[in-house]
Amino acid sequence: MPGVTQVQTTLNGEVINFLCEPRQSLLEVLRDVLGMTGTKEGCNDGNCGACTIILDGRIVDSCLVLGVEAEGRDITTIEGMASPEGLHPLQQSFLENAALQCGICTPGFLLASKSLLDQEPEADEGRIRHWLAGNLCRCTGYDKIVRAVLQVSKAK
Amino acid sequence: MTSNQVLSEVEYDVVGKRPVRPDGVDKVTGRAQYGDDTNLTGTLRAKVLRSPHAHARIKFIDTSKAEALPGVRAVITAKDLPFASLSKKELGGEYTSLKFASDHMMASDKALFKGHPVAAIAAVNAHVAESAMALIEVDYEVLKPVVDVREAMQDGAPLLHEDLRTNDMGETGEKPSNVATHMSYSIGDLDKGFAEADLVLEKEYTTSTVHQGYIEPHNTTAFWNSDGQLNLWTSTQGSFQVRGTVASILRLPVSQVKVTPMEIGGGFGGKITAYLDAICAVLSKKTGAPVKALMTRTEVFEASGPAPASWMRVKIGVKNNGKMTAVETEMAMDAGAYPGSPVMQAIVCAFACYDVENGKVDGYDVVDNKPKTAAYRAPGAPQAAFAVESLIDEICAELNMDPIEFRLLNAAKEGTRRIEGLVARRIGLVECLEVARDHDHYKSKIDGPNGRGVACGYWPNRGFQSSVVMTVNYDGVVSLLMGSVDIGGTRASIAQQTAETLGIGYEDVKPTVVDTDSIGYTFITGGSRTCFATGLAAINAAEDVKSQMISRAAKIWDTNEDDIEYVAGVVQHKSDEELKLTFKDLARQLATTGGSVSGRASVDPSGEGNGYAVHIADVTVDPDTGKTDVTRFTAVQDAGKAIHPSYVEGQMQGGAVQGIGWALNEEYFFDDSGKMMNPTFLDYRMPISLDLPMIDTVIVEVANPGHPYGVRGVGEVAIVPPMAAVGNAVSAATGNRMRSLPITPGKILEADWENGKS
Repeated sequence: MPGVTQVQTTLNGEVINFLCEPRQSLLEVLRDVLGMTGTKEGCNDGNCGACTIILDGRIVDSCLVLGVEAEGRDITTIEGMASPEGLHPLQQSFLENAALQCGICTPGFLLASKSLLDQEPEADEGRIRHWLAGNLCRCTGYDKIVRAVLQVSKAK
Repeated sequence: MTSNQVLSEVEYDVVGKRPVRPDGVDKVTGRAQYGDDTNLTGTLRAKVLRSPHAHARIKFIDTSKAEALPGVRAVITAKDLPFASLSKKELGGEYTSLKFASDHMMASDKALFKGHPVAAIAAVNAHVAESAMALIEVDYEVLKPVVDVREAMQDGAPLLHEDLRTNDMGETGEKPSNVATHMSYSIGDLDKGFAEADLVLEKEYTTSTVHQGYIEPHNTTAFWNSDGQLNLWTSTQGSFQVRGTVASILRLPVSQVKVTPMEIGGGFGGKITAYLDAICAVLSKKTGAPVKALMTRTEVFEASGPAPASWMRVKIGVKNNGKMTAVETEMAMDAGAYPGSPVMQAIVCAFACYDVENGKVDGYDVVDNKPKTAAYRAPGAPQAAFAVESLIDEICAELNMDPIEFRLLNAAKEGTRRIEGLVARRIGLVECLEVARDHDHYKSKIDGPNGRGVACGYWPNRGFQSSVVMTVNYDGVVSLLMGSVDIGGTRASIAQQTAETLGIGYEDVKPTVVDTDSIGYTFITGGSRTCFATGLAAINAAEDVKSQMISRAAKIWDTNEDDIEYVAGVVQHKSDEELKLTFKDLARQLATTGGSVSGRASVDPSGEGNGYAVHIADVTVDPDTGKTDVTRFTAVQDAGKAIHPSYVEGQMQGGAVQGIGWALNEEYFFDDSGKMMNPTFLDYRMPISLDLPMIDTVIVEVANPGHPYGVRGVGEVAIVPPMAAVGNAVSAATGNRMRSLPITPGKILEADWENGKS
């Protein structure tokens, strides 16, 4: 059995410590070690985007990052998107625009969209479609997801 | 200009509005509990060892080394399943069906597809279980596989099941065959019909194996308690279906199995079959601990149930004025390792858009060395529509006739007798065609390297059993319990029908999807049935509540129930205007007038309304690379009544886009050994946001007389027309007729070369 490593990281604004084996992905650590199941596993090989998180300001597939690589980093997961005051505008927009059906891809889409609008508040449809190309949704055909992001974007 | 239109003739207070779904907040905050989020204390992880061969005899399996690995708690093979210890004599007529069901879950004598389970391991974590897999020794005698539907039908093809004989319209074949079933329907006089035709075209079509592509892999958690009760928490479209399958394979009474359906991350028909549940159950029994399994994406591709590949021949005769005189088709679909392809639905749906006097359809259900196919959204109909709607496009071109006018001339309508003998009730195909013809998209100009295609599609939709229980709380809020799994917004649409019937607000209905111990039998969420059938159950249960509320008011007012009426959420005396109570005010008095009120209903309706759709697709084909881009797409569909128009649009858009993927990209590649060469989302290329335009929708509402609000069911027919619509558009753009799916750049360039274009 491989040994475990202690890792210190900032998760949704809070400094935390966890133990993990070197072979465990950050996705596995989030779900199985930390019990944060909002991050979803769809393919475990970096091709669906269901496990998207924001790592030091960039979106990454958490299945492609090792847990030990989280040392000293800053991570945002879906659990960190809403605040005690309420939902993030994107979360609200996804609800109002019926941008989810089964919902399994939704956390990944929300974080990817947040990352886009944080950097490019005026992203237009073309930019949104390009940015979200790493996230698969099989239910919606993307139409209502793109509309939901557009509604929050300042692009006119 | 993109748009979503709803053409409503009847307006309601709650039905037809677009409220936020009750499970929405949990799903945008990551709190919703999907199957793999289940985590009971002490849960072990299971991994399934799968056959690396598409066709092989299993000579022996040695699990001793795996069992000895620290952290491994149990290893099972098919020998641990009840089937292994039951004789053919004991099982009698049940033998074949149990052998197929049990072997499908775990192979006993032969592996019939690459990925076929042969053993399973429970260990302290998934990594240990994975390491142990390499320690299991299986001795295989590798056999020649067959992975093409027409090859599998030939004499001398490798046989999958030595004792499978063709059921040919009730007659059993004399020798073993891979053709499980041949079925045939006809109407009128085929020879006469073709003799009357001025133009007869006949072509062959093929489609490839495709996957539903739900993003959540199959998963389950099982705990077999020491009192004998088996509990399952799983991702399924039908909790009662899982209960039935597991009980049958494990030889248990159904009530000994309790299935809790967790949130489900997509299914499209692929999450009806229970792949992991019985395996985890047996591992749980052996270990005394909860056991959880989650498929990898490769396992999902290789070992769940894709939709069949098909070969189809279609022949159509028409008069010069466009009137169809005779139609004929032969369709063969591969069921995969065990019988049960949807070819029956394919031949029934093939010509259901048309009113033709003479026709004949033949279908062949064929086994081959692929994973056993499962339902995929309108199973069978999309392949059939690709063939028929493509040939009709060729006929329209020959006759120089507008493809929508041609379809209007021949459209099925109320009273049309279909080829399988059923007579259409009130249907909305003509209305959909008229809307498509008059749509801004269809009227717009198209030229250059662009092409436009249209196609229509049919799916019968289903009824079947559903149960609902609802309780009135003392604050007037109604708790609504249902057995139907919510895969895309049915909590909302059933709550809307409940609120409308009770005359209360949407926010005063709280829907919950419950387990198999907490509600009556409810068939799967599938067949486009849930909003219709579970909706009917909710309406009937709400009527039950209304009559009980009237009884309470009668008690309070010391009057006769017949003197009281229930109008728009108010219980009132028919002649004494002073006596009236709102639903909420009356609810507050329930505690002192006899206690809680619960309404309930179980239904098995037969009044489902058939679904029709018409799609218009514009494409651009790059003449140098052969790459096709869909530039504009409009989906028109008769919903009967859209209870929640946004979710209806979502079904139309999602179905259309799955169809675009099926048309242009998606296919299983098999090598000669029967191995799938592309079992990842990188290589099995589903549409991404960048590939697509907005998908415009028009919801047509031709009320289904079999439902109080006119609901037809909307989930499936949306995937029926798109492949032909896209194929017809590619043909218009390139001048090449594409008769094989997917329409890849390679096929387009090849057709160009054959026609001497480049």
